[in-house]
Amino acid sequence: MKSKTSFSKIVYLKAKIEGDEIFRLVSALFALATILLVGLMVYELTRGSWLSLQKFGLWFIMGTSWDPVFTLNFGALPLILGTLTTSAIALAMGVPISIGIGLLLSEYIPKRLGFFVSFMVELLAAIPSVIYGLWGIFVLIPFLRNNVYPYIQAVLGSLPLFSGPIYGGGVLTAGIVLAIMIIPIISSVSRDVLSAVPHSQREAVISLGATKWETCKIVMSYAKPGVIGAIILGLGRAIGETMAVTMLIGNKFKVLPSSFFDAWYTMAAIIANEFTEATSDVYVSALIHVGLTLFLISLIVNVIARLIVWRTLRLVKGVSRG
Amino acid sequence: MVNRQKLEAELSYKFEIENLNAWFGSKQVLKSINMKIKEKAITAIIGPSGCGKTTLIRCLNRMHETIPDAKVSGRVLFNEVNIYDRDVDPVRIRRKIGMIFQKPNPFPMMSIYDNVAIGLKLNGVKDKRKIDLIVEKSLRMVGLWDEVKDELNKSGASLSGGQQQRLCIARALAVEPEVLLMDEPTSALDPISSAKIEILTRELAKDYTIIIVTHNMQQAARVSDYTAFLYLGELIEYGPTRQIFENPKNELTEKYLTGGFG
Amino acid sequence: MMDNYRIRKIKDRLMRILVWSSLIIAMIPLFSILLDVFVNGARAIDMDFFLLPTPTVGEKGGIANAIQGTLITLGLASIIGVPIGIMSGIFLSEYHDSKLSQPVRFINDVLSGFPSIVVGIFGYVLIVSVIGFSVIAAAFSLAIIMIPIVTRTTEESLRMVPVAIREAALALGIRRWKTIIFIVLKGARKGVITGILLALARIAGESAPVLVTMGYWRWWFSGLNRPASNIALNIYLFAISPFENWRTLAWGSALFLILMILGISILVRVLTRGKYEW
Repeated sequence: MKSKTSFSKIVYLKAKIEGDEIFRLVSALFALATILLVGLMVYELTRGSWLSLQKFGLWFIMGTSWDPVFTLNFGALPLILGTLTTSAIALAMGVPISIGIGLLLSEYIPKRLGFFVSFMVELLAAIPSVIYGLWGIFVLIPFLRNNVYPYIQAVLGSLPLFSGPIYGGGVLTAGIVLAIMIIPIISSVSRDVLSAVPHSQREAVISLGATKWETCKIVMSYAKPGVIGAIILGLGRAIGETMAVTMLIGNKFKVLPSSFFDAWYTMAAIIANEFTEATSDVYVSALIHVGLTLFLISLIVNVIARLIVWRTLRLVKGVSRG
Repeated sequence: MVNRQKLEAELSYKFEIENLNAWFGSKQVLKSINMKIKEKAITAIIGPSGCGKTTLIRCLNRMHETIPDAKVSGRVLFNEVNIYDRDVDPVRIRRKIGMIFQKPNPFPMMSIYDNVAIGLKLNGVKDKRKIDLIVEKSLRMVGLWDEVKDELNKSGASLSGGQQQRLCIARALAVEPEVLLMDEPTSALDPISSAKIEILTRELAKDYTIIIVTHNMQQAARVSDYTAFLYLGELIEYGPTRQIFENPKNELTEKYLTGGFG
Repeated sequence: MMDNYRIRKIKDRLMRILVWSSLIIAMIPLFSILLDVFVNGARAIDMDFFLLPTPTVGEKGGIANAIQGTLITLGLASIIGVPIGIMSGIFLSEYHDSKLSQPVRFINDVLSGFPSIVVGIFGYVLIVSVIGFSVIAAAFSLAIIMIPIVTRTTEESLRMVPVAIREAALALGIRRWKTIIFIVLKGARKGVITGILLALARIAGESAPVLVTMGYWRWWFSGLNRPASNIALNIYLFAISPFENWRTLAWGSALFLILMILGISILVRVLTRGKYEW
């Protein structure tokens, strides 16, 4: 009996190392790779910025000069301001449109049509940044210069923001194109967040005799944090946008532009515009330093945005179960 | 009749379950189960919903522990080897103990042929002719061969419910197990398909040990040789089907059989 | 009371108009861009466009070498990025009870939001400083952009495969890793391929990382450790140049690129329209 037991047991014995454990380990390593990648990114960007960090330290982000020729003094404040300004313009114009589309997709449109509309909006996201830039240079700029800006200046010209020479490109133009580019992400995340609001909430208000718009207001208030998260995601996208901006904003380093129609610079634009031409090591290092700054700002904005969106989706879904 | 009884007396036990306990997290679903399951017989496990029937058979092929937070204690001797022994590989156990699920689950991304063959192929069998033979043999055993032999390339999900379940049985048979565990195999099927599967089950019992969980008492009475009645995780009564149904020894058993439970 | 209701109705109608207007406003630039790219790009397309390499000033030329260079770069990026993406997706889906899952998924989402120019600089510091401006450096940066996309779509597709399938495979005595690769992954293949295509469409249009890891290249492909020509990057450089023939090529390249991306988007829609078999 005993020999029979040990003999038959052999059939069922485990091998020393089973394929399953190896596979789990390997796939975990690959997944870990992404985390390591981000860590490596921070390290390498810092390493590349070293010369600049040594020379300018953390005051780099306060510096307002950019002189690759004589003094080799570099500072990123105007770039940060330019990035924030163009992003702010983009949000001011893009957010209302995006939320409108988000509401449309979530509350107004039947499903079939909704797929088609979503597809069209996603096409906006599929267009590469360079093509926005190309179109911007040859179509948008002439259009704005001839048909739009003169009228704006006629009306608002007394304000310093709208006075000054118009050449077609510049801060406002870059902001307009950025607005178009961030519409897809804000509208799709808004749509997701708004759709996640449980139907019971809508039904409750409708049964009280609310109009469609009033129902929308209720839904929006419910999903407000999520929509804010969507907006911040859009901000994150606008901050990092490179090619379209550098092709339209004029690429002029100055502490402040003279008006919305004036040329300026952003963090991403200066890197794209000057990186391949950078001559000295400090110059390159300064540009990488700008990249590091951009990276950190973008990281913070994206993390905050993701956290808000995640939390909202979980909160909203949690209530619908209860 | 006499011959079968004599034969039965000589057949050994395929499973010897000793003091089996099972938990989902902190909730205990099986309490001190002790039973011996006869080889090449059909053993039915009956009882009201939630009594632990499914958990019991899932403990026999070490599937219960694949659920997060699930725990098992006790011994289950299969061919006199404790399958819960630390050195034992659950995957090898499962090749010898097949399982049929309540809702037929053929692989929809594969053809009928591949459904039956996949177990063989992934366990290292490479000889195409051998695989062809086993596929045909398995499909014949479940009575599907004539129905599907010209459509072996069609998706596994293109069959009717009853056919899908028979396909699942063929799939399980292809890897040449010794035991078939059936978890309410006909509860999702129409009466005609159910009947076909019951007949099939009786056929298969000539060569395989079958344990069938069912909430349908009449099915248990029709099909099985032995019946075990579970209630709230405990084995209340266990014996030859005839005896259980005609002359239950336990009050609870009688109550269940006469419809006294929900 | 009646007046109040009238006001509410008017507001409702107004908002309805506004909401629909927002869509129309968003569609104007879309159609303008597509129209201009098609019209101006069509003017640039002839046989030479596909057969000749990048011209110097004043010469006739085409994007033949750019197509070659772009395909090679995208190919290398895929070889690096797709396996990592798929394995990460498998890990997140099949081993989701691991403590690593939450951080990995979060980092993935964050990774997908990084400015591509920064990813390019990363590639520069890591690889260009060692090998020089090269296809390898560009492919590496593009792979990083691909990974989060492939990971996310792989995970989603795998999750859509019902648990019953995994149970059936396990009950047959098939090892878990074989279950995952030969059965579950096979069932999710449509979604996985979709993810890869989407990632390709995305990196085909990326010029910022290419600019800082590879730079401008006028000639044919001549080694992975040298740069190669790139369609998206060429659009940028040609568009800001003062030369007429280059600007024409910019529009032509834009048309080519848009058609490629549109083609992939439509392919993806077609692939995902057929309902899964369960």
